[in-house]
Amino acid sequence: MSERLAYLSPEIILFIGTCLVMVLGVSPRVELRKLCAFVAGISLFLAGVTGAGLGDMPTSPFPALVPYAKGMVGLVGVLILLLLSGTVDRELESRVAAGKEKFDALKANRAEFYAFFLFSMTGLMLCASADDLIWLFLALELTSLPTYVMVTISTRGTKSQEAGVKYFFLGALGAAVFLYGFALLYMGTGSTNLTVIREVLLTQADHEGINLIALAGLALSLIGLSFKIAAVPMHAYVADVYQGAAASVSAMLAFVPKAAGFLAIILLLGTVGWHYGVADTSGHALGEGHSLPESLRIILWVMAVLTMTVGNVLALLQNSVKRILAYSSIAHSGYMLVGIIAGPRGADFTSNGLAAAMFDLLSYGLMNLGAFAVVACLERNGEECDSIDDLRGLCKTHPWLGWTMVICALSLLGFPMTLGFFAKVPLFTSAIAAGEITLVVILGLNSAIAAFYYLRLAAPPLLDESAGEAAERTPYVDRVMAGVLSAAFAIGLVFIAGFVMDRAERAVAPSVFADADTHAAADDASDHP
Amino acid sequence: MDTWLLPILIFLPLLGAGAIILLPTRDSYVVALWTTLIALAIGVGALAGFDWSDAGAFQGELSVPWVPALGLELSLGVDSVALLLILLTLLLGPICVAASRTAITERMKTYFAWLLVLQAAMTGVFAARDLAFFYICFEFTLIPMYVLISLYGSSNRRYAATKFFLYTFTGSIIALAGLIYVVYVNATSSYGSGEWTFDIATLQSTAVQMNPNQQGWVLLAMLLGFAVKVPLFPVHTWLPLAHTEAPTAGSVILAGVLLKLGTYGIYRFCLGFTPGAIHEYAGVIAILSIIGILYAGLICWVQQDVKKLIAYSSVSHLGFCILGLVALNTIGVAGSVLYMINHGLSTGALFLLIGMMYERYHTRDMEQIGGLARKMPVWSTFMVFFVLASVGLPGLNGFVSEFMCLIGAFQSDAIDQRAALGTTPGRLGPWYAAIAASGMIVAAMYLLIMVGKVVWGREREPRDHHSHAVLPDDLCAREIAVLAPLAILCIALGLFPTPILKAVEAPVNDTVEWVWTQSGNADALARNPENTVEVAKAEGDK
Repeated sequence: MSERLAYLSPEIILFIGTCLVMVLGVSPRVELRKLCAFVAGISLFLAGVTGAGLGDMPTSPFPALVPYAKGMVGLVGVLILLLLSGTVDRELESRVAAGKEKFDALKANRAEFYAFFLFSMTGLMLCASADDLIWLFLALELTSLPTYVMVTISTRGTKSQEAGVKYFFLGALGAAVFLYGFALLYMGTGSTNLTVIREVLLTQADHEGINLIALAGLALSLIGLSFKIAAVPMHAYVADVYQGAAASVSAMLAFVPKAAGFLAIILLLGTVGWHYGVADTSGHALGEGHSLPESLRIILWVMAVLTMTVGNVLALLQNSVKRILAYSSIAHSGYMLVGIIAGPRGADFTSNGLAAAMFDLLSYGLMNLGAFAVVACLERNGEECDSIDDLRGLCKTHPWLGWTMVICALSLLGFPMTLGFFAKVPLFTSAIAAGEITLVVILGLNSAIAAFYYLRLAAPPLLDESAGEAAERTPYVDRVMAGVLSAAFAIGLVFIAGFVMDRAERAVAPSVFADADTHAAADDASDHP
Repeated sequence: MDTWLLPILIFLPLLGAGAIILLPTRDSYVVALWTTLIALAIGVGALAGFDWSDAGAFQGELSVPWVPALGLELSLGVDSVALLLILLTLLLGPICVAASRTAITERMKTYFAWLLVLQAAMTGVFAARDLAFFYICFEFTLIPMYVLISLYGSSNRRYAATKFFLYTFTGSIIALAGLIYVVYVNATSSYGSGEWTFDIATLQSTAVQMNPNQQGWVLLAMLLGFAVKVPLFPVHTWLPLAHTEAPTAGSVILAGVLLKLGTYGIYRFCLGFTPGAIHEYAGVIAILSIIGILYAGLICWVQQDVKKLIAYSSVSHLGFCILGLVALNTIGVAGSVLYMINHGLSTGALFLLIGMMYERYHTRDMEQIGGLARKMPVWSTFMVFFVLASVGLPGLNGFVSEFMCLIGAFQSDAIDQRAALGTTPGRLGPWYAAIAASGMIVAAMYLLIMVGKVVWGREREPRDHHSHAVLPDDLCAREIAVLAPLAILCIALGLFPTPILKAVEAPVNDTVEWVWTQSGNADALARNPENTVEVAKAEGDK
């Protein structure tokens, strides 16, 4: 038990940070209240570093997923936090600071906002180390529940309340569906422990075939989780919610639930496929029947194709930057699903679809954040500017923001020399390695469709002259920093892509091979004394 | 050839671009000009350092690991074909910069910086020996060109630039899928090298062992990417628009080099990777290019806009280039390589001339302008000269390459007749050449009609025309200096094509032999050694 606790140290750090933030936030002293974001940042950073430094968690079905995911959450989390600054509290705080109003802890929501954010990140980290269905469910809900509140209070307008309600009800529906799926999975296998479920399903597959109820449970879980990752069939809320919430919160919505959903999908599907797919560590041979069950593969395939296509085609019709990014978020889920379908075929990164999806998740988190940051940084009369027209001439009027948009849009498009390209190529290669040629062609065509609307994001800042009343830059420099840092990562990570790819590849190596890995490592060590 | 030459040629323009961004606007032009001139000088140095006795081998090779997890390397190297195309790029560099002296007055920093980035990317394409690096450079040319067209073009520029971007991007994504498939086969199949690598030489030896079905699909995927760039009928529709809307230097680079990226891709990868399939489908590709030759030629005939006319003539001309490539014999392929260079020179010059006219009269409409011979004698002389080069007047460069492409197509199945062995080296025959040759007549018609109207004809000027403040009525010294090198090269390559043909002989021979042996016609080659090269003989025919 204590050993398990050690693997939860990042979450514990985050929880302590959360408590501190909540206490600080109701302090009547403004200096202490202002510390909220800082404390949140420190605890996220510490949690991320601790998480990345964790060893492989032996009880998890994917032992090395834990450090990779927690490191990734820490990195992107800090950037999201920078972006969140000033989202909820600027009006009240400025009036209190000016002495126009007395501080009232009941009215202020800075503390709740940051605390909810930290709770959500805690949930996300917990997802990565889940080894049990109940744990997984709780972690997923811990990730999502705070976001419902965050969406609602993110702006003072009615739109975000509408968005919050939509998000909450559909989220509840999604949660109900995958919880039902989990229950069926338990019914079909008799356990909630993922490792035990895997063994049971393996035995079933070898004898009478996989229990249909368990299979139905997995299928329902996938459908339910499609809410989290913003994929068809539960994608309908995305555009409205992202548009209704403040851009900084939308940036978070595009990454945090998606990451949780994909981690959950990998853990769940790991019980029924793949791990028998990689026959040995030297990367040879896949026998028959070693991939996902055909029925699940078909569900995923249809989901992936519809998600990519719906996301990209609907994005073509939008004029709001937030809505474009919302549909691009849907489309990217489709791309990542391609990696999930491909699965970890071979021993190296290029044919490992799961690793490709994990790498894409990280790079998507970064470049998407940059694009949203630009929207979050532009305002006119205190309102966000999220029309494409507001991007015109940005490279001249606000060079940092303009170039961030150009780089991030090109990276989202997957243009060569940007991180997005290096994230997309492995998806291609792994799908080809899995023999999914049709899927690759659809992926390619979708990337081409996407070029149109990403150009609409990348071109106006660079090429147009600003027209009409120019948008102003937000007074919050943190947000600009978040955007610029994301763009810097979208270029800079290319140079250490090899290292991150290695991590991603290790992250998705299932525990059944942990022994083999140790042997291989021991062999290596003996080779090089 | 020294290994540092190629990286220098790629990074020098990037450095220049950086300097332009940092220095004040008034220095942009000078920095750009000097950067391109130095690059050209280094390029000429590379030409001297190149070991011509071993022109078919890749020289100046350099390889640096980049993203090992994906098997990516920065690996460079050139054979004589690639080197000559790089030189064409380098030559057009200072010419484009100088041609933009008065035409570009706003946002000069952006303009010259992107122009230099474009040059770096194009050089990278020809110098790449790593498939991924090739692809990255190939794609990266889109961004500078997109910016150049949509910022500095004419009225409909944004639409044209977007169409250009989307067409090429779509094509190349599919090509990427095809190329990655080859990489995958190399990594997993029993005949591959077993490792994940993008090294072109390794991939080539694996790709040819794929079964005909695989080769066919890979060829289709690659063609979708390269044919859009060439452009081949029916995916040529982006080109006239992009050319018409682009600024002069943009058009020159587009016609001079960017289109050659497509033909170079077909030469290097379609012939190299899928010889069996290209041998199988040469006829289809040839028919498409012949349709392009005639169809685009007929469209030219009815154009009012001079620039659009030249743009469509590019489609028509590049048809000959592809026809020579898929003839799959030495004379055809050598002619095609030569055509890439010649077309870059003559069509590039024509776009420059039209740009100079446009700068003075602000119209390109043949109905509004005419009889310029009286007003602009020097300009008219150059115009007539380059039109004749483009039409293919014997003695000028266009003739040699066009003629070689046609001869290539004509003799493509020649072994069959001469030796009656039952196997044919190529799929084309006299009929292909005969029909394509009628395109030359069409070309003469539309180009000469255009010259007749614009240079001679009744003297006409646009009604609201005033003399240009900066430019004299006729060409100034700078403009003559821009055109003169091209004219000299046109004459030189027309009268003495032997050196350049000799230069490309070895790699072309290797390629043709490669296609023949790998597509199962090894025996045909062995039986008829006479057909291997006779570039010099083709000269004699002339």
